[in-house]
Amino acid sequence: MVSESARERPPTLSVAITGSGGSGAVTAGLILLEAVGQAGFYGLMTRSAGPQIRGGESAAMVRFSPRPVESMGDRFDLLVGLDWRSVGRFASEIPLDSRSEILADPAAGEVPDVLLAAGAAVRRAPFKSIAGVVPEGRVSMAALGALGAVLGLPLDALEAGARRVLAPRQASVVESAVGCIRHAYTVQPEAGRASLQPPSAPRDLWNISGNEAAGLGALRAGVRFVAAYPITPATEMLEWLAPRLEQLGGCLLQAEDELASINMVIGASFGGVPALTATSGPGLALMVEGLGLAVASETPVVVVDVMRVGPSTGIPTKSEQSDLNIALYGIHGDAPHLVLAPLSVGDCVFTTQWAAGLAEHLQATAIVLSDQSLGQSRAVTTPPAEPTLALSRRRRQAPDTAFVRYALTADGISPMAVPGEAGGIYAADGLEHNEAGVPSSLAADHQRQLAKRRRKLEGFDYGADWAEMRGDGPLCIITWGSSAGAVLEAAERMMAAGRSVRVIALRLLAPLNVEALAAALARTETLWVVEVNEGAQLFHYLHAHQAIPAGARSLARAGPLPLRPGEVLSALAGAS
Amino acid sequence: MSVPALKSTDYKSPVTPIWCPGCGHFAVLSAVTKALAYLGLPREQVALVSGIGCSSRLPAYVESYGFHGVHGRALAVAAGLKAAREDLTVLVAGGDGDGFSIGGNHLLHACRRNMDLTYIVMDNEVYGMTKGQASPTTAPEWRRSKLTPHGPGVRRFQPAAIALAAGASFIARGFSGDPSLLSRLLVQAIRHRGFSFLHVLSPCLTFRPDEKEWKQKVHPFADSPTSNAVEAARLIQADDGMSLGLIYAEDLPVWQPASECSASLADFEAEFRL
Repeated sequence: MVSESARERPPTLSVAITGSGGSGAVTAGLILLEAVGQAGFYGLMTRSAGPQIRGGESAAMVRFSPRPVESMGDRFDLLVGLDWRSVGRFASEIPLDSRSEILADPAAGEVPDVLLAAGAAVRRAPFKSIAGVVPEGRVSMAALGALGAVLGLPLDALEAGARRVLAPRQASVVESAVGCIRHAYTVQPEAGRASLQPPSAPRDLWNISGNEAAGLGALRAGVRFVAAYPITPATEMLEWLAPRLEQLGGCLLQAEDELASINMVIGASFGGVPALTATSGPGLALMVEGLGLAVASETPVVVVDVMRVGPSTGIPTKSEQSDLNIALYGIHGDAPHLVLAPLSVGDCVFTTQWAAGLAEHLQATAIVLSDQSLGQSRAVTTPPAEPTLALSRRRRQAPDTAFVRYALTADGISPMAVPGEAGGIYAADGLEHNEAGVPSSLAADHQRQLAKRRRKLEGFDYGADWAEMRGDGPLCIITWGSSAGAVLEAAERMMAAGRSVRVIALRLLAPLNVEALAAALARTETLWVVEVNEGAQLFHYLHAHQAIPAGARSLARAGPLPLRPGEVLSALAGAS
Repeated sequence: MSVPALKSTDYKSPVTPIWCPGCGHFAVLSAVTKALAYLGLPREQVALVSGIGCSSRLPAYVESYGFHGVHGRALAVAAGLKAAREDLTVLVAGGDGDGFSIGGNHLLHACRRNMDLTYIVMDNEVYGMTKGQASPTTAPEWRRSKLTPHGPGVRRFQPAAIALAAGASFIARGFSGDPSLLSRLLVQAIRHRGFSFLHVLSPCLTFRPDEKEWKQKVHPFADSPTSNAVEAARLIQADDGMSLGLIYAEDLPVWQPASECSASLADFEAEFRL
């Protein structure tokens, strides 16, 4: 099934599947994502849920395209309602308009007014009766089959998707799902006005979530010890890592709290094993003391903060970029450290791997600011690249003269001994110390060690990966982390409309490469800083470093709703 | 070629302790060096982890790897180190504040995990580093701190009882004034496979000059060591807290990750491939 003309063919399609708890909306979404990938499309899936542990209402949102999908866009082409209970909760997250379609079963009742308000057309399909034909048939799978036909997806891609996603379940569940999908697909009369031409050339694509990606990045970097405490929305990363660390000869220790987690990570790292933990804002707040210890003792550690809406307990299941401040400034004293933020689901692999490599190489503390919108989203995307720099812990050259653990080297990085090494004995310390590591309260020792710890980070050449830059022109948008997707899409639309714009998406936030940023902003006349937090945290940070001009504009608003390209475009248009 | 055995002085670092003359911790330092020499442990194979307080300064004075961490978190650092490096002998040192106040939660779970660690708590029933406040083991009526002018008014923390209830598999008590017993207990504690809790009464002459009386108050533990936790609980609850010796030791399951490579990174990456 192919859409009619190039003019009508949309570049992407966005689908939402909603239903009450147990209705299978998320499973259907997962299968749909896998299916679009099997059909050769790129894709992105997010989800939304009620607060209940079991049985809460849920929605799965999938967007797919022949080109990489970097955000969920501004609107949905299609909404599939498995039932209409509690759908009001999702109305603001699933923007519909007069070009949208709602696919619904009349047996489920009237489509709620809140969804019809924007003028979407309703297409009816009898999910329930279709499902009734197949033994143990489920409404969600019938809906998925009908949806697939409406979207013009190949049936074998849907079937492959179902088999892959449902593989852990019993064979009868898989077969009845496939049966439902097939039956609904074949009885669906025609493709909808929203359908996409699948790409002709097969692609090498991955289906991965942000949390899984961060876990993989850690393993790629050589992390073999994790100590952690479960916390939403980071828990899946830990659950993905636990068995795999063991299979690689490492381990995950479930700690009693985050205070223990970070200190265990420090202990393992001191022992020579690259170590990491993952948490969310409330856990990072507890770990800050430990991070100071890691900085002072020059013990490599990585903390991945999968940010939620804050402050405090906030909204655990929703996303925001409001932990920049604590990541930058949370450690007491002058404690230079690394702060990075992945720019997309797939980039969670690269950025976490890079952060862990840098932490080892610089004997530093790295905080990776992921967030719920990346961590708990899945993407069908190109296989992630690997950092090109060779990064590893500098070890002492034995035999040598008396080993001086915190020797004042030119680049600030001192060779590090690891317990078990003869001749390398030292005591690491949170107390300020002299070059030998002996506690010292002398001004000169403090100044020299402070300068060393700063120099080792600021003097390092991080290469080109500190930011992703696209486009050019007098208008420039600076953004960071997960906001990159929506900003890049907004920029793409502007460029398609003939307007030039440059985007600088920061991946390395601290140390801030002020010179490189200044060079990138050399011809900028209008500058916007875009971020999802109410306090304009990045905006203020850049100003603090005098890295942006006085007239720079800020688009900063809180979560929990995802940033949309249209919002960025409106802000830019409204200001001129 | 025979390698000469190390003497206890070989385990003493050149750094001069900051402790006051007469501090009980000197005896602990000496006992540690003697125990390590007796066991013949290569210095680089030993790691001494501590928190904050006078007793936590110990690592700098011992010629072994050391980690002087933050207040109350030594057991966590030690757990991570031991989990990652089973080959090392990991000793943990700290005081009554570090271990029983801010570190209380970590103590509970360290006992529960029963990892092969030796935890030496130098209990002087006061916060010496911060100049003389009450600690969890200070008597309720001790009025010499400005912070608690009426005395803490709270019953004392029971270290041995809590360590036992939390799952420690070796519980002993020593005293700075009996250094040879201390060395023997340390050797036993290090040899014991599991979490060894060594409670050391270590007087602070500066802020608790009354602790000079401990020399008269301590006495050998009246019973033989037991390997029965119920019996140990009874003995500990009945004890006056001044009994010295090994109270309880049992072989209990030790938590230590034992993982072997059975897959590769490429296997995990393949999971994502469409």
